[in-house]
Amino acid sequence: MSIEFIYPEFEVIRNADRCISCRACERQCANEAHSYDEKLKIMKCDDSKCVNCQRCVSFCPVRALKIIKSNCTLCGNANWPAQTMKEIYKQANSGGVLLSSMGNPKPLPVYWDKILINASQVTNPSIDPLREPMETRVYLGKKPSKVQRAKDGTLDCSLPPQLELSMPVMFSAMSYGSISYNAHKSLALAAAELGILYNTGEGGLHEDFYRYGKNTIVQVASGRFGVHADYLEAGAAIEIKIGQGAKPGIGGHLPGAKIIGDISRTRMIPEGSDAISPAPHHDIYSIEDLRQLVFSLKEASEYKKPVIVKVAAVHNIAAIASGVARSGADIIAIDGFRGGTGAAPTRIRDHVGIPIELALAAVDQRLRDEGIRNNVSLIAGGSIRSAADVVKAIALGADACYIATAALLALGCHLCHTCHSGKCSWGIATQRPELVKRLDPAIGSKRLVNLMTAWKHEIKELMGGMGINSIEALRGNRLMLRGIGLTEKELEILDISHAGE
Amino acid sequence: MQVIDAANLDYRAVNEALRNAETDYIIKNCCGQRFIAAGMSHKNLTIEGIPGNALGAYLNNANITVNANAQDAVGDTMNEGKILIRGNIGDAAGYAMRGGKIYVQGNAGYRAGIHMKAYREKFPVMIIGGSAGSFLGEYQAGGVIIVLGLHNDNKRIVGNFPCTGMHGGKMFLRGCCDDIRFPKQVTARRAAPEELDEIREYLSEYCSDLGYSAATLLSEPFTVITPDSKNPYKQMYAAN
Repeated sequence: MSIEFIYPEFEVIRNADRCISCRACERQCANEAHSYDEKLKIMKCDDSKCVNCQRCVSFCPVRALKIIKSNCTLCGNANWPAQTMKEIYKQANSGGVLLSSMGNPKPLPVYWDKILINASQVTNPSIDPLREPMETRVYLGKKPSKVQRAKDGTLDCSLPPQLELSMPVMFSAMSYGSISYNAHKSLALAAAELGILYNTGEGGLHEDFYRYGKNTIVQVASGRFGVHADYLEAGAAIEIKIGQGAKPGIGGHLPGAKIIGDISRTRMIPEGSDAISPAPHHDIYSIEDLRQLVFSLKEASEYKKPVIVKVAAVHNIAAIASGVARSGADIIAIDGFRGGTGAAPTRIRDHVGIPIELALAAVDQRLRDEGIRNNVSLIAGGSIRSAADVVKAIALGADACYIATAALLALGCHLCHTCHSGKCSWGIATQRPELVKRLDPAIGSKRLVNLMTAWKHEIKELMGGMGINSIEALRGNRLMLRGIGLTEKELEILDISHAGE
Repeated sequence: MQVIDAANLDYRAVNEALRNAETDYIIKNCCGQRFIAAGMSHKNLTIEGIPGNALGAYLNNANITVNANAQDAVGDTMNEGKILIRGNIGDAAGYAMRGGKIYVQGNAGYRAGIHMKAYREKFPVMIIGGSAGSFLGEYQAGGVIIVLGLHNDNKRIVGNFPCTGMHGGKMFLRGCCDDIRFPKQVTARRAAPEELDEIREYLSEYCSDLGYSAATLLSEPFTVITPDSKNPYKQMYAAN
């Protein structure tokens, strides 16, 4: 060993009494941590290759495996935690910018867990969703501010384009390239069955998925990969990606090594060439410029589809959202700092941006104060983990939520944080055919449908408890929320009372 | 040939008229209407007057001729077709264009050809007759950008920082370009005859469109700029 050595983060514990040397773990591990010693007739393991994706644990037929965090302790102290020391070693070894995957893992406040939901007692009785109708359908898009009538006095019922969702949850942007064909297919199938939408991300739309168009949001980002007239025509809505919660202010690079076959075709760039999404859209330096892109997309799609503008939650988000609302966008998606990613520089992911809860509350308030809340719908994303988070987000002012990490967990992701390696043993964040085929879209979509169906029931239960039978009546209804263990300032920004008040 | 009088029409009305129009038409009295022909295909359009920003955005195989100047974002994310401008153009022309041609008689503003791509049979070509502003061909990933410096009055043929982040395609600048600083990750050299052969066809078309002589253009040396790598970010990261 040498000065460059870093002790493995995980240890694979094999129960020798149970192990039958069937080599299932060896076949399942994309990181090649397991191997079989032909001479000694035993299974061996290289812990340094283990990322703790739990694939071998899940597929060991005799439950002989478990993976634990290593207790080999670096000296460290409160100022120098082991993780920080290891990062120094990694950079001293390589000279590289640290690259991480999935959402911010730091122990920063999760406000969802410090907000409690109300329930009715005695007066305004609660409603039993199993017995009585509950409406979870929402429409996203601009709403008219006043009743319009034609000259003869008849009502003008024409509306700007709307997205209809059976429940206020959608699958947020994950590009084909960052995730696999089968993962995309699972999301598309589930969205179609559920009556919700999924989002292409900036990777284009595979020709096989055009048929799910009415359940698809097509994204236009700074690299414009795969963007052409048919693509814009294919989706139910067009999303302009300005920022992403996991990496506000920076662009993206899909390395050339991943631009192969169908990925190259779908992005419409040559194989082996880096796919670089510049940090800004270089034609957008102002709200007026954003308006130009919004309307060029509306013109190209003949005003038939709502345009979403997605921004990362950052310090002046309320003012930014106010500008976006005036740009002509129909929907604003705000992505909080705990949102996931297939790859982002660690420092950006862990230190840039603000929590979605605070951003959402601030934006909803600002748009109301300015009298433009109905000009746009709001989508909140950036770590929505449960039906309770959805309900809290709606009560804070969201029209709908975006989920991505939760959807990937449903597909088998075990949150090992190594998407950037391209060796996802679960067939999600990989393009290797032998790994991709591990994810069966029929099963994947079924699991997503299960998850969303369960959430829908839970949302209805929570609504019923509050005596609310329509999700639209919950939107921005902050009286239904109370804070617990929050400072005056936090309560002020969230505009909720403390528990007990 | 159909005529659309744009005098009292806003951009939405102009595009509505275009969608319903026949294949060949002229827009007269154009005055700053944006997004003309956005996403359209199979049309031949001549514009009298000055079109506004984002002319021919997402253009999908249509031909546009402008007999005057055009403004910003000409041919944004263009897929196929041709835009011929008998004047100058503004900033960010041909942003992320994947195919088709943008031929400009005069000068171009900042960031012309930013993130231009190429893919299979699609090969975008941008020719600028005069000079180009700063950041020409930033992030260029494919296709070819040609600047001729025909009427530059001792001005440099491009502004500052051309080819920043370039990782594909080629750029041809007429002249020796000794006074231009290129970034480290590209190579600028005098174009060899076989390299000029690659662009001869486009130059001939440009010359016949605008009445120049290709032989005269080619009598001067050209500088060709190519990226050293199509993977500029390799080796930049450490897995964490």
